[in-house]
Amino acid sequence: MKNDSMKKYWQKNLSYLAILLTIWFLVSFGCGILLADQLNQFKIGGFPLGFWFAQQGAIYVFVVLIFVYVWLMNRLDKKFDVDEKPE
Amino acid sequence: MDVQAWTYLLVGITFALYIGIAIWSRAGSTSDFYVAGGGVHPLANGMATAADWMSAASFISMAGIISFAGYDGAVYLMGWTGGYVLLALLLAPYLRKFGKFTVPDFIGDRYYSNTARTVAVICALFVSFTYVAGQMRGVGVVFSRFLEVDINTGVYIGMFIVFVYAVLGGMKGITYTQVAQYVILIFAFMLPAIFISIQLTNNPIPQLGFGDTVAGSNTYLLDKLNGLHTELGFNEYTDGNKSLIDVLFITFALMVGTAGLPHVIVRFFTVPRVKDARISAGYALVFIAILYTTAPAVAAFARTNLIETVSNKSYNQLPDWFANWETTGLLQFDDKNEDGVVQYVADPEVNELTIDRDIMVLANPEIANLPDWVVALVAAGGLAAALSTAAGLLLVISTSVSHDLVKKQFMPDLSDKSELWIARGAAVFAVLIAGYFGINPPGFVAAVVALAFGLAAASFFPAIILGIFYKRMNKEGAIAGMLVGLGITLFYMMRYKLGWIGGETTPEDWWFGISPEGFGTVGMILNFIVAMLVSRFTAAPPKEVQEIVDSIRYPRA
Repeated sequence: MKNDSMKKYWQKNLSYLAILLTIWFLVSFGCGILLADQLNQFKIGGFPLGFWFAQQGAIYVFVVLIFVYVWLMNRLDKKFDVDEKPE
Repeated sequence: MDVQAWTYLLVGITFALYIGIAIWSRAGSTSDFYVAGGGVHPLANGMATAADWMSAASFISMAGIISFAGYDGAVYLMGWTGGYVLLALLLAPYLRKFGKFTVPDFIGDRYYSNTARTVAVICALFVSFTYVAGQMRGVGVVFSRFLEVDINTGVYIGMFIVFVYAVLGGMKGITYTQVAQYVILIFAFMLPAIFISIQLTNNPIPQLGFGDTVAGSNTYLLDKLNGLHTELGFNEYTDGNKSLIDVLFITFALMVGTAGLPHVIVRFFTVPRVKDARISAGYALVFIAILYTTAPAVAAFARTNLIETVSNKSYNQLPDWFANWETTGLLQFDDKNEDGVVQYVADPEVNELTIDRDIMVLANPEIANLPDWVVALVAAGGLAAALSTAAGLLLVISTSVSHDLVKKQFMPDLSDKSELWIARGAAVFAVLIAGYFGINPPGFVAAVVALAFGLAAASFFPAIILGIFYKRMNKEGAIAGMLVGLGITLFYMMRYKLGWIGGETTPEDWWFGISPEGFGTVGMILNFIVAMLVSRFTAAPPKEVQEIVDSIRYPRA
């Protein structure tokens, strides 16, 4: 494989990581901890919003983040022809 | 049938199942023994990882801890799940591509140094032994509470079961028993939770019932609980007590520690391909999240139930389960003002009731009046959780000895067959030591679990991340970083948690108000800084090593 395309693949991977980990940080440390008091003024159902993020919401977002990453990377692997052949 | 008979029956069936699986999936080679031949389906690996990860503490103690900590319990919920995002995005796929057997393998090869390998082995052994002692104790405790046998007898039975399937089947046996154990433990956790959610809120989904109104009224459950808390002088349930900086640092340390734990990382060596490692981490987190999003609901339900049942009630009119659990010492009533009424309040001078946090899960089915077989199921679930984690840890210990020490450092010419026998021998030895700690638990077991996470965060995590994402990182940097991270974290724990250095301390003495549980984050940051600085002033890694780094970044190349 050419060096150029390898570099591009890696750069793209790093940019996905940057975006996904920013969201990871925002929902947990942001909404669940740093902004929890402010968000607690709002409610969804019986949950104060900050409390909900800390004990429920952040975990749901974590799950979604991993599956989004899997989808993005599988697509990227194919595009740059580095995907593994089926066994 | 009574509870005892049900418990013997269910525990007996599950144990027979584990042994059956072990016989069916015997390991034939070291590759089978260390990584199940690398042929585990990602979905099965996801379940096995979930069971591996969720220990006796997650199953029995976590809901109770949250129940008493309220909002602050979020540090465990987010900390022990958020780490999987790091694992899936930053570690698992690359380590799978690297394709060896252990974490010290990666550290040793990537940093072309047996010193680095040895440092990694010591960390892995330390973290795993710390952890496994707690699991064996957990097995004993479950046995003693549900089957009324001596705790030590319980530990022996647990040792025997783990011995059979870990020594015989290695990773292969462990993987498939963990799949079965996951199914049992999640069923045992969810069933009472769903029943109680329906009883309290008419909502069958605990995650939603938690935010719903109390059955037969318009008050939200959490509002009611906050009201009860305020009345009794506690902080509101949905507010925290811990300082902001401490919550941040503990959550981060637990996340990074989770991603750095060798028994979790090694599970991703067992799937066939890089893409399987990625998706497998996703499945694992789904399976974990089912329990982790239910636990805070159970915590709030149990807290409400408990306060309503006992607070300001006459001692003579309390339900039967109160007396049952009083005999185990998990509930203690001390009628200070001798009025025959239970005063459960925040003020320790007036409070008359001491509650062990484990009761929130263990006694839940009785508090909610569920049938006997549900109580028995909870016992089987607790055992599944403890055994699955213990087996995963024992495997890391035996692999570290047979592969990373004996094969890689002393006897490189060892044949596959002899290595397999050494691995089995090391597993036997590890079971014996774990059993010893289960029977004679060191007084600091609870404290050292925090230490295990702190050490994993401060040692492995930066070394692996830099090994993958920073090609210029060399052995001098990595070793210096690990030693500094380990050293400072160990020092802080001994000084402020264990009190081994410089005598008693109070939270006022903590650096920047960071508790020992959260200090792993500081250790990790220092590890990164030292590693970067040292590598800058020392020679770049050899060309072959830079090629390793290149090759692990691409799934096929």
